[in-house]
Amino acid sequence: MKNNSSESKITKDEDIVMSNPFKAKSHWQLMWEEFKNHKLAMGGIIVLILLYVSALFAGFLTPYDPNERFSKFPNIAPMQINIFDDNGLTAPYVHPIVGKRNMETLAMEYTVDQSQQIPVNFLYKSDDTYNFLGLFKTNLKLFGSDETQIFLFGTDGLGRDIFTRTIHGARLSLTVGLVGIAVSLVLGLFFGGISGYLGGMVDNFIQRVIEFTLAIPKIPLWMGLGAALPQDWSVIQVYFAITVILSLTGWVSMARVLRGQILSLKEEDFVKAARAAGAKSGRIISKHLIPNCMSYILVNLTLAIPGMIIGETALSFLGLGLKAPAVSWGVLLQEAQNVRAVAQYPWYFIPGVFVIVAVLAFNFVGDGLRDAADPYH
Amino acid sequence: MLNFILRRTLIIIPMIILISMISFLIITLPPGSYIDSYLANLQQMGGEVEQSRADTIKERYGLNDPIYLQYWKWVKGFPRGDFGMAFSEERPVINIIQERIGYTILISSLTLLFTWVLSIPIGIYSAVKQYSFGDYAFTFFGFLGVSIPNFLLAIIIMFVGLRFFGINLSGLMPVQYMGEPWGLSKILAVLQRIWVPVVVVGTAGMAGLIRIMRAEMLDQLRQPYIQMARSKGVDEIKVIIKYAARIAVNPLISTIGWLLPQIISGGTIAGIVLGLPTLGPKLYDALKIQDMYLAGTIIFFNIVLILIGTLLSDILLALVDPRIRYD
Repeated sequence: MKNNSSESKITKDEDIVMSNPFKAKSHWQLMWEEFKNHKLAMGGIIVLILLYVSALFAGFLTPYDPNERFSKFPNIAPMQINIFDDNGLTAPYVHPIVGKRNMETLAMEYTVDQSQQIPVNFLYKSDDTYNFLGLFKTNLKLFGSDETQIFLFGTDGLGRDIFTRTIHGARLSLTVGLVGIAVSLVLGLFFGGISGYLGGMVDNFIQRVIEFTLAIPKIPLWMGLGAALPQDWSVIQVYFAITVILSLTGWVSMARVLRGQILSLKEEDFVKAARAAGAKSGRIISKHLIPNCMSYILVNLTLAIPGMIIGETALSFLGLGLKAPAVSWGVLLQEAQNVRAVAQYPWYFIPGVFVIVAVLAFNFVGDGLRDAADPYH
Repeated sequence: MLNFILRRTLIIIPMIILISMISFLIITLPPGSYIDSYLANLQQMGGEVEQSRADTIKERYGLNDPIYLQYWKWVKGFPRGDFGMAFSEERPVINIIQERIGYTILISSLTLLFTWVLSIPIGIYSAVKQYSFGDYAFTFFGFLGVSIPNFLLAIIIMFVGLRFFGINLSGLMPVQYMGEPWGLSKILAVLQRIWVPVVVVGTAGMAGLIRIMRAEMLDQLRQPYIQMARSKGVDEIKVIIKYAARIAVNPLISTIGWLLPQIISGGTIAGIVLGLPTLGPKLYDALKIQDMYLAGTIIFFNIVLILIGTLLSDILLALVDPRIRYD
């Protein structure tokens, strides 16, 4: 009789749990709900998605090949696509660039002719064939025109289209951070994991290494290592070398965060239980401890990417990183090195705006994640 | 206390040895040497170089020796203040360092000061008016400061100066003052320009500092002693400034440890873009032509400056905060 009643009580408890409409949410669901409220972070996510998607479809979105030179049209100011004319709303059109000989200097001068209107063709078949997502070759572009060139962001001194180059540049600049962070992640997880879990001498040694690495100023170190890259390396080799250079300092903060987390987690009951069941250290770290630190790792990853993007841009800007014919935002900004050139052709700056927007977006997302992951928030 | 300072100072010695090794490693990484590229250049220009002369030069600088011997030859002069020769300028490296390290220290200290002077009041304001419009605005501008690469901000400021005010902000002083003795007009001319690198580098570190100050301040404002002071009718301004802020400021001193590497790092690139007479541009030139002893010594001094700064901040923290035990 007694036995029976207690059994029924258990079923009742289970019923309550099962029928509870407020069922327990996972840590990730809670984080997402908190994150959604952070408006700047949500804005950042949208901007990042837009940037990465345009980098992916750069061939389709941009009208030219990034290294194509229109030697007749150097330093053309950005052209506008207009949708209003004197009669009100019309199909999108541009004012074409026309050449006129300056009778004093006898040089050809190219200016935008405000009196003419040339319609913009969408889904335009251009002369430039490109590889669509590496799947097939096509020459279909989002927009273009038979009668005039369209330079949305203007052209540089060699007559290359800055819009095309900026969107293509996103491919290298936005992925350098991702690859770099992957390398840092592996190093950080390894050293942070064993440092926190093993403690003692190993911990002490790794901590000293971390402190020392933190005290080294990044730019001089990166410059020294960047200068050491052989001149005859291909773009791909230099690209990976730079990601490694950036991760040499990048793993440190990851390792520190992970160590702190593991130090506090390793005394928890579930770790003791795993150890009592005979699990080895490597298994406890990788299967029990690291999954519990995932949200902190994610926050740290997001906050480390912008530093790497800035790092690549700065190195390439100084000529110690990626070099032409590679197209990255840093390489593009080399044109802006000369202030007098920038003062005359302010559109040389446009790739810089992209750097700032991308880095700002990553910072907002990272900040939102940090707030969301913080249980004391 | 004296014991603590002594011990803390002694730790620096093995660190300095380690730094000299790392600096040397970095500068020996590039294939070839200054002499090789120098000779190649000379030959390209049609100059006839005798192999024997090239060998003599290499012999003199020990460029054929194994790497540990080269390191030893470089490092054994350190106690005498001998850091090797700068190939490109044909004079001792230490002379170049002496000319430029003063400006580097001056600009770095001003930047540190600028960052603190702005971020402490902003942090206090943001904590007191948490979630207000001002709080959000400062957070946004803080992030903007972090997100603009130093070299871009430097170009933007120079661009604005040139385009809208017609003034040239590159360099630390107009050309006519170079080599002139220091006088009031020269100091004024320098003051007109020195703010550019200070603002460029300072804005990058401000967001982090504001965040820490804001968090510390929020922490303090929740403490019972603040409620106690308020309930006794202490003036609110006094509660904030004299009670909470005084405690909240302490941890900021320990941020020198990560702020200083950032300042030296940012100062390097700002110096290159702005053409300042600091160590940064010399490092850049030296790396490009593989002037190895010059590059290595500049990297070495950069890190040593940071170590000394961190040492000073540790001692300062121990002096200021009675809660820290130093025995």
